[in-house]
Amino acid sequence: MKHHSLLTRLWHWLNALCVIVLFMSGLNISNAHRYLYWGNYGFDLADAWLAVPRFPGWMTIPGYYDLAGARGWHMLMAWPFALGLLAMWIAMLLSRHFWRDLRTTRAEWKPAAIWRNIVQHMKLDFSHAGAKYNFLQKLAYGLVLGVFLPLMIFTGMAISPGLEPAAPWLVEIFGGRQSARSIHFILAWGTCAFFLVHIALVLLSGPVGQLRDMITGGRREA
Amino acid sequence: MKRRNLIAGMAGLFAAGCSKVADSKAGSALLSAAEDWHRKAHRALANRQALAPEFTRADLSPTFRGNGSKTVDTPFYREQLASGFPDWRLEVTGLVATPLTFSLDNIRRLPQRTQITRHDCVEGWSAIGEWTGPQLSLLLDAAGVLPEANFIVFRCADSLYDRSYYESIDMVDAYHPQTIVAHMLNGEPLPEKNGAPLRMRVERQLGYKHPKYLTAIEAVATLEGIEGGKGGFWEDQYGYQWYAGI
Repeated sequence: MKHHSLLTRLWHWLNALCVIVLFMSGLNISNAHRYLYWGNYGFDLADAWLAVPRFPGWMTIPGYYDLAGARGWHMLMAWPFALGLLAMWIAMLLSRHFWRDLRTTRAEWKPAAIWRNIVQHMKLDFSHAGAKYNFLQKLAYGLVLGVFLPLMIFTGMAISPGLEPAAPWLVEIFGGRQSARSIHFILAWGTCAFFLVHIALVLLSGPVGQLRDMITGGRREA
Repeated sequence: MKRRNLIAGMAGLFAAGCSKVADSKAGSALLSAAEDWHRKAHRALANRQALAPEFTRADLSPTFRGNGSKTVDTPFYREQLASGFPDWRLEVTGLVATPLTFSLDNIRRLPQRTQITRHDCVEGWSAIGEWTGPQLSLLLDAAGVLPEANFIVFRCADSLYDRSYYESIDMVDAYHPQTIVAHMLNGEPLPEKNGAPLRMRVERQLGYKHPKYLTAIEAVATLEGIEGGKGGFWEDQYGYQWYAGI
């Protein structure tokens, strides 16, 4: 039995590519109007809850200000990103991967257990004691797979005026188009934070083996 | 600092790779195909006549931002603006049975639709305004659009960066009930910065698809051969997406 299934590996790398392109092209789009608002409308600095800094060229796709070009990339990669996540969720539920490996147990939510898991992480001890993932891992993956990434897709859809006549409730549940746009922005940075912690932990826990396993599948520990 | 440079270098290389793809023939075909999939998905999910949300007067934004062209820089426009546009004409031409010319009075005398809608700019901001004017379908039916027409092209009096502004939409949006030729904003004649005396409202698309300072409506079979051939000022000059529903 492989440590990571073929589907997990394919999705992981496809999703990594999508998230990187979407994030960098998104920063270029952000440069077009660097203010965020709550509610339905907003165009004036006076109404903004946040003035976003201008992101430099090395952080953006394309590497210079080009709203049309950035939108082109954003709209292209939205497709594999959304369909890939949907396929991954269906597969995770069908194969019971989610139920078996990613679901947290009641015992794990006890404060003492959480604290033990945090201390363990501080000591860079990443052993799993039988289970595939430890509590903090499950929590992080659950948050990203179940909250951050799906909400990126739904807030993105809520910002589209052409989709709104089909699903006006989608805009309403986020509190209006400008709210959906703000949440889209916040979650993009939440996903970026996960990405950075994820890379840091891979580097601290034997990067060669981790990378090899995510490519070849590796072998499940006995 | 070194690590930061490394990250910046990697990101830069990645962006350069993306630009290479976007500039290639296959890459740009893929990018425009993705735009088309969004349009088809929107059309499949929403009824052709499905309305953009309409708001109440309590939801109006305190002002309505003017963006892009904020005036028309000709003596004729200045003189007409000062006198209430007595000589402004809107032509309905192209693939129609009877080409028509409307004065502002004619436009005001047609059955009117008033709608409070949210305007979304491609840059990301939104404003809410109350628009009044006849439905475009009324003008098109009066002129009798011929069956071979596939697009409606809007000609405008303003120029941006020395090029005439124009836009185009397909027949689905042209006959949408909220697609109106607006002559009023918030109960007043259209302000100069918002496109006086006439502008289009195409409520299911972004702001650059709502041309201002409207002078002619033209039914055409194809967008090829019209200005840069991509269906609009921003599309021709800066590669913006023709379908702006996303």
